[in-house]
Amino acid sequence: MYEFEFVKPTTLADAIAALGAEEAQALGGGQTLIPTMKQRLAAPAVLVSLTGIEEMKGVSIGDGIITIGGATPHAVVAEAVAGAYPALAALAGNIGDPAVRNRGTIGGSLANNDPSACYPAAALASGATVVTSNREIAADDYFQGMFTTALEDGEIVTAVRFPVPEVASYRKFEQPASRFALVGVFVAKYPEGVRVAVTGASEEGVFRWTEAEAALSVEFSPDALEGLNVSPEGMIGDLHGTAEYRAHLVKVMTKRAVAACIG
Amino acid sequence: MTEVTMTVNGKLMRGEVEGRTLLVSFLRDQLGLTGTHVGCDTSQCGACVVHVDGKAVKSCTMLALEADGAEVATIEGQADADGSLNVIQQAFQDHHGLQCGFCTPGMVMSAAALLKENPKPTEDEIRHYLEGNICRCTGYHNIVKAILAASGQEAAAIAAE
Ligand SMILES: Cc1cc2nc3c(=O)[nH]c(=O)nc-3n(C[C@H](O)[C@H](O)[C@H](O)COP(=O)(O)OP(=O)(O)OC[C@H]3O[C@@H](n4cnc5c(N)ncnc54)[C@H](O)[C@@H]3O)c2cc1C
Ligand code: FES
Ligand code: FES
Repeated sequence: MYEFEFVKPTTLADAIAALGAEEAQALGGGQTLIPTMKQRLAAPAVLVSLTGIEEMKGVSIGDGIITIGGATPHAVVAEAVAGAYPALAALAGNIGDPAVRNRGTIGGSLANNDPSACYPAAALASGATVVTSNREIAADDYFQGMFTTALEDGEIVTAVRFPVPEVASYRKFEQPASRFALVGVFVAKYPEGVRVAVTGASEEGVFRWTEAEAALSVEFSPDALEGLNVSPEGMIGDLHGTAEYRAHLVKVMTKRAVAACIG
Repeated sequence: MTEVTMTVNGKLMRGEVEGRTLLVSFLRDQLGLTGTHVGCDTSQCGACVVHVDGKAVKSCTMLALEADGAEVATIEGQADADGSLNVIQQAFQDHHGLQCGFCTPGMVMSAAALLKENPKPTEDEIRHYLEGNICRCTGYHNIVKAILAASGQEAAAIAAE
């Protein structure tokens, strides 16, 4: 890892100012960024830790909306939303392992937008709002492909707002070595309709499976998906699974998620 | 270099570190606490697990400066005051929960974190909690037994896989 200047502001305003420096980068829990820096794939001159900013930590629940501070670790989310949004709690509580969950944050996960990460599926399926240091971005506009988001340089994810669904479930087919999703599907049912978000599968990163959404909005049962098929075109193919295998898993995991919702 | 201060196993420790100094390097190289191991250095294996403010973390994936002002617990602080093994350590010995011992500091620290959160975990809960701790020797079975025993539960009952 190359040397850098480390700063740990205690307010959002100071963090925004510190990120204005040349080659400055935000540090959340470091569970992705520190390994990346060790490999010298990232070499910021200034590292701005967000972990000392109290206003970016914690969870508040009210009026059918859950607001999670951008620097809130996965373990805290898993506990705090267990009652209000069990599917989201289960997702957070199954990311990596306990030590990763004690450090890794929702803001870091969404900023990174790893094509196999879990939180992007929850945010997209829930129609969440990503609140940043200068604007609010709808999940539908936020995710822009593998490791790519609408965030601009120095922009900080300060919070994420999740509308609470009637029922939801996340089913993750785990890649056992990395514990990331080989394919993960988040299904959320709202009064306005059903949303289905898929992670781990596509070369374009997390995406909505709109045919399944339409079918499930008419009939919310695994059978409603019977006639649908996902094309392997554009799916990730690697040593862990072919594109065909991933395409197949998308449907299987969606069915399981729906079954878990109604079961 | 920046000054860093943290309480390690109950003692106030001070040192000078770079921004990039990892917590595990500070513990091992500066404080000489080499009980915390580095197995992978890529946040996969859990040999480096310590507690920071009571929470299990991988010390190879945390900057020393992020632990400034924190309470850190390592394997060196686990024994009882008279120097005898604590309940978890003794259970690892009794149930042959280690062979080469390389993973053991991380296993014991993860087990301690688990039992603090969940004093009577089931076998499944123990296995799930240890997902980030890799052992190349034991096949995990005796580690799970040791943790069941340390939590005061019957360890003989679980079947070998
Ligand atoms: C062993 C292991 C297993 C894992 N398994 C899973 C898994 O199963 N599912 C899963 O989803 N993830 C998994 N992860 C990734 C984990 O969830 C990371 O914590 C997460 O992807 C990054 O969050 P972080 O807070 O650690 O961010 P960091 O590593 O600190 O930062 C990641 C990126 O986001 C930027 N950033 C950080 N915070 C913010 C912010 N608030 N605003 C703007 N930019 C920010 C940084 O500049 C950097 O570019 C795993 C990681 C490990 C090490
Ligand atoms: S050395 Fe830290 S996880 Fe392997
Ligand atoms: S005892 Fe050898 S790695 Fe676990």
